[in-house]
Amino acid sequence: MIRLQNIEKVYRTDTIETLALNSISLDVAKGEFLSIMGPSGCGKSTLLNIMGLLDAPSKGDVRIGEQATLHLSDKQLAHFRNQKLGFIFQSYHLINDLQVLDNVELPLLYRNTTAKERKQLATEALEKVGLSNRIKHFPTQLSGGQRQRVAIARAIAGRPEIILADEPTGNLDSAMGNEIMEILIQLNKVDGTTIVMVTHDENMANKTHRLVRLFDGTQVQ
Amino acid sequence: MLKNYFKIAIAVLRRRKFFTFISLFGISFTLTTLIILSAFIDRVIGDDYPDKKRDRSLYIVRMEEIGKDNHSSTTPSFSFLDRYAGSLKTPEKMTIFSRYNGTNTYVNNKKIAINYKYTDANYWDILEYQFLEGKPFTQQQLDNQEKVAVISADMKKEYFGDIPSVVGKYIEADNVQYRVSGVVKNLPVTSYMLYSDIYLPYTISKSNYKDKAYRGDYMAILLARSKGDLSKIHDEYEQLVSKVPMESTEFNQIISHANSYVASYVDTGNEKKSGVVYVLTAIGSFVFLFMLLPTLNLVNINITRIMERSSEIGVRKAFGASSRTLVYQFIVENIILTLLGGIIGLILSVIALYFINELNFIANLELTVNFTVLFCGLLVCLFFGLLSGVYPAWRMSKLNVVTALKAQ
Repeated sequence: MIRLQNIEKVYRTDTIETLALNSISLDVAKGEFLSIMGPSGCGKSTLLNIMGLLDAPSKGDVRIGEQATLHLSDKQLAHFRNQKLGFIFQSYHLINDLQVLDNVELPLLYRNTTAKERKQLATEALEKVGLSNRIKHFPTQLSGGQRQRVAIARAIAGRPEIILADEPTGNLDSAMGNEIMEILIQLNKVDGTTIVMVTHDENMANKTHRLVRLFDGTQVQ
Repeated sequence: MLKNYFKIAIAVLRRRKFFTFISLFGISFTLTTLIILSAFIDRVIGDDYPDKKRDRSLYIVRMEEIGKDNHSSTTPSFSFLDRYAGSLKTPEKMTIFSRYNGTNTYVNNKKIAINYKYTDANYWDILEYQFLEGKPFTQQQLDNQEKVAVISADMKKEYFGDIPSVVGKYIEADNVQYRVSGVVKNLPVTSYMLYSDIYLPYTISKSNYKDKAYRGDYMAILLARSKGDLSKIHDEYEQLVSKVPMESTEFNQIISHANSYVASYVDTGNEKKSGVVYVLTAIGSFVFLFMLLPTLNLVNINITRIMERSSEIGVRKAFGASSRTLVYQFIVENIILTLLGGIIGLILSVIALYFINELNFIANLELTVNFTVLFCGLLVCLFFGLLSGVYPAWRMSKLNVVTALKAQ
């Protein structure tokens, strides 16, 4: 489903060059739930951003499905992300000025969908995460766990094949974290969604199919 | 999509009330000023009372004589216009009339300033003054040098007070008694070519209208049979003027034009650049400078707002918004803001114009917000929205997704 080959990411400033990722090759199968672990600054999020086409590697090749992605334009990348990928972030990144329903509808805005279809898909997604009674709330009126569930609903509203989650439980207590993890496991099991999750939490990582460990930008497991 | 943009635009405006206030104040204040200015220009240049046939009229308002050491420029004389402009073949009709001049008169020991103007009988045919009572003086009265006068409604009120009819009564100006033959609707002084308090037959003019000098105190309107004849008349007059013999050896060139109303109205006497160019440049520069400050302010505020919204930009990009879509969204948001400012500006303009009219800064100049003014206002709004939105939107769209998401 996702194929990374010899990925390198170098950050350059005037005086220093930092190798964030060093020759990473990784295959994620369709329907797999993969977790990525490693100490802070080891390149986990960078790797996830590259998989999500939010960042370009300095070297190497990224294929998603059958699509080679390196030479896609800004518009093609945007379209590809919209159709295939869903993102969940540690700090939720909900738009506080919009109600829950509008937040969840966001990916659908960039597709040819009618307002009615958008509402229907967004409501279904919110039902899946158990928040269909909060659609008129604003994010600031919700708890951390609820916000992350809204973020998950937003990620799945467009029914993407792949979900990329960057420390989705990182800002939550263990009970809330487990709730979120359970939702992700169900998405993977029931809908067959491929999930790649970056985490610091060994327990969470153990619930996934496979664990990849990074250290100083290199894959060690 | 638009509904979503609208929601977020309103939410952002409500979130930052102070910035919103500054932005809206800047836009609405600028627009109010521009609307008042355009209402003024529209009324001064656009109002076609009483020269309703303006679109097929040409105006002769200047006579310039140039010599090696001399240069004189003023209005033409009656005899010049009568003799030369009167000989043109193409116009249907011509009227000759003087500029307005001032004098004083006393009613019950109260001083009244009176502006008077001499006209011919054609004046009342070509120009469509609205007679509130009575009628204009006739060619016969003019030939007989009768001391008759058409007066303005304001003059009637000031001189005679609130009485129903004054036709047949006498009005004194410059120690001469004139019999009132009609009362016409007022004109503002800004219609300087046609404005006056009393209109008198030129044949009773105290100065000698038969004087053969080229320069004098008169103007003329040439009425064409159709709009198509205007350029013909213009050229015919140009040709005629070029053949007019020099008045004296002091001069070697005579300049006089038959121009459209607007060109004549803003005639500066400069042969190289028409008054229209000057006026347009002046108005354009004023509008540009006046708009520059709020636009820069808005650009600045917009850039600040972008930084605040970098997380939103990152999320939108991550979920499929292309840079172009984001530019579009931001411009739409900005246009919503400027249109809001526009609506406030419009309301302020209506209030301001009401007070300007009430205070009567310029007598009889009733300023209104009409369709043209409204259209200009709307256009300025959109221009504003685009101008202040494009650069920040472009900058915003170039934000890297990862950087944008990290910024929160």
